[in-house]
Amino acid sequence: MKSLLVFEYRRGKLTEANLELFSFAAALGAETAGFLVGRESLLPAFSGKLYLADIALCKDYNPELHAGLILQAAQKENADNIVFIHSSYGWDLAPRVAAKLKAAQISEITGIIEGKFETGCCNGKMRRLVQPTTPKAVLTIQEGAFTFTGKAEGIPVVEKTEATAPAPGLEFAGYEEPEKREVDLSKAEVIVSAGRGIGKKDNVPAIAELAKALNGELGASRPVVDAGWVEHNRQVGATGQIVSPKLYVACGISGAIQHLTGMRNSEFVVAVNKDKEAPISEVADIMVIADVMPFVAALTGKIKQ
Amino acid sequence: MKILVCVKQIPDMASKFKPNAANNWFTETDLAFRINEYDEYAVEEAIKLKELQGAEPSDLVVLSIGPGRVVEAIKKALAMGCDRGVHIQDDESYKSDPWQTASLIAAYAKKENFDIIFTGMQSQDRGSAQVGVTLADALGYSCTTTVVNFSFEAGIITARRELEGGAKGVVKLKMPAVITCQLGLNTPRYPTLPNIMKARKKEITVLKAADLAPEAARAVTEKFYHPVKKGGGLVLEGEPAELAGKVLEILKEKTTVLRG
Repeated sequence: MKSLLVFEYRRGKLTEANLELFSFAAALGAETAGFLVGRESLLPAFSGKLYLADIALCKDYNPELHAGLILQAAQKENADNIVFIHSSYGWDLAPRVAAKLKAAQISEITGIIEGKFETGCCNGKMRRLVQPTTPKAVLTIQEGAFTFTGKAEGIPVVEKTEATAPAPGLEFAGYEEPEKREVDLSKAEVIVSAGRGIGKKDNVPAIAELAKALNGELGASRPVVDAGWVEHNRQVGATGQIVSPKLYVACGISGAIQHLTGMRNSEFVVAVNKDKEAPISEVADIMVIADVMPFVAALTGKIKQ
Repeated sequence: MKILVCVKQIPDMASKFKPNAANNWFTETDLAFRINEYDEYAVEEAIKLKELQGAEPSDLVVLSIGPGRVVEAIKKALAMGCDRGVHIQDDESYKSDPWQTASLIAAYAKKENFDIIFTGMQSQDRGSAQVGVTLADALGYSCTTTVVNFSFEAGIITARRELEGGAKGVVKLKMPAVITCQLGLNTPRYPTLPNIMKARKKEITVLKAADLAPEAARAVTEKFYHPVKKGGGLVLEGEPAELAGKVLEILKEKTTVLRG
């Protein structure tokens, strides 16, 4: 079996996530070749063939062009599957490659069980075991599901791919920086985060009070920030801040993967939720099954005593 | 301008899910259904774009695939401000892979020549994030995903994609195009009572999936199940005051945050 691993730059840099592609291929028992839209001066470390397209010509984002180049590489390698990280780059690109290849795509794979792919569903509460019916498959893997423990080494054998002009109809116009962070949650020892389960904006001060009682910072999940209950610079998650406090208290947070990505490295996690099956339970050291606000009030009161 | 917005009806995510008899999806017994959250943002953005057309002629269609219950989702979108509905009747749509779903929509949409199609970036229940992009490919439309800001001026779409870490990628697209919407793109409106009344008179066309030359599956679900619990954290149940006391004791014992 052969896998074509699609590496990605994020804002011009290689990230740790790329290494998980190797773990995934190893778990599949597949030989590998790589593909990257990037620069020769910054390549992933591995011994094998790397198809390299020049990022200056192909742009950071031009999915139709990138998809075409990936297909060429996959055909040259006769790859059985093409593997992406399930990221804003990968989930945008993978379906285009799958469509052109007339192949199955399986998204956000969390595991391999007897050669079949496990993937999350129902907001992370359930799992599906999925099998392609096509000879080739396009796969995206959940970031964090295939942790790389080995040592990345080697120098790839680069084969430059011919980059044609970007496809018409779509133009990448550049990046916008995230807003300035007045709150740096990455250094906080204690974070108490509010989720949609707190019910209403008026309940945010009570969560903040618990944070204060623990000498910590207030955090928030994405829906709470989208609803305007808490400002964005306190958002914990893949598109907010990545945190690793000594204590993380999740109040009314169900635990969507985008949130778990941001806080799974916390040393100790207390989750308060009415739903015993909420996916936050996967990372919680203590799962408190209760109405959030009365519990938070009681805990704040006891700490202050 | 002709606009299409695709919505999926999904169960409330706070529900308890139980596998169905075939063990390939959940049983619908005791589940309450609603519009997929991502799709609500898609509906709102489509309505905003229609409103921007002012006196120019426009046609905003809301489409959903599924059994009879999905008509409720279509009605809600009509009450929010869509002009007409299309229901692709398919009692077994839960079995469809994203390719089959996208192909059904494409079979309908290719005859309609929509200028812009909005979808959610993914559904909350399946979460494959494929249908919008696959639909664009089938129709030959340009497409961008995970959009948190959308504007339209002089025939050009400017979309901001949400990237990891909170930065955004700015993308300009020509029509026809498919836009997949991320949470937080806008503030979806609530249907007002007068608009709910008006929506009752709006047309809903019913098409049968079987008449749209359905494609064969490229991936099949072999099993649907609860995740295996890792780690096994402590689960505490009881009265708030009693729970707070227990949690405090454990925090004092297992962490250093309450010392000093």
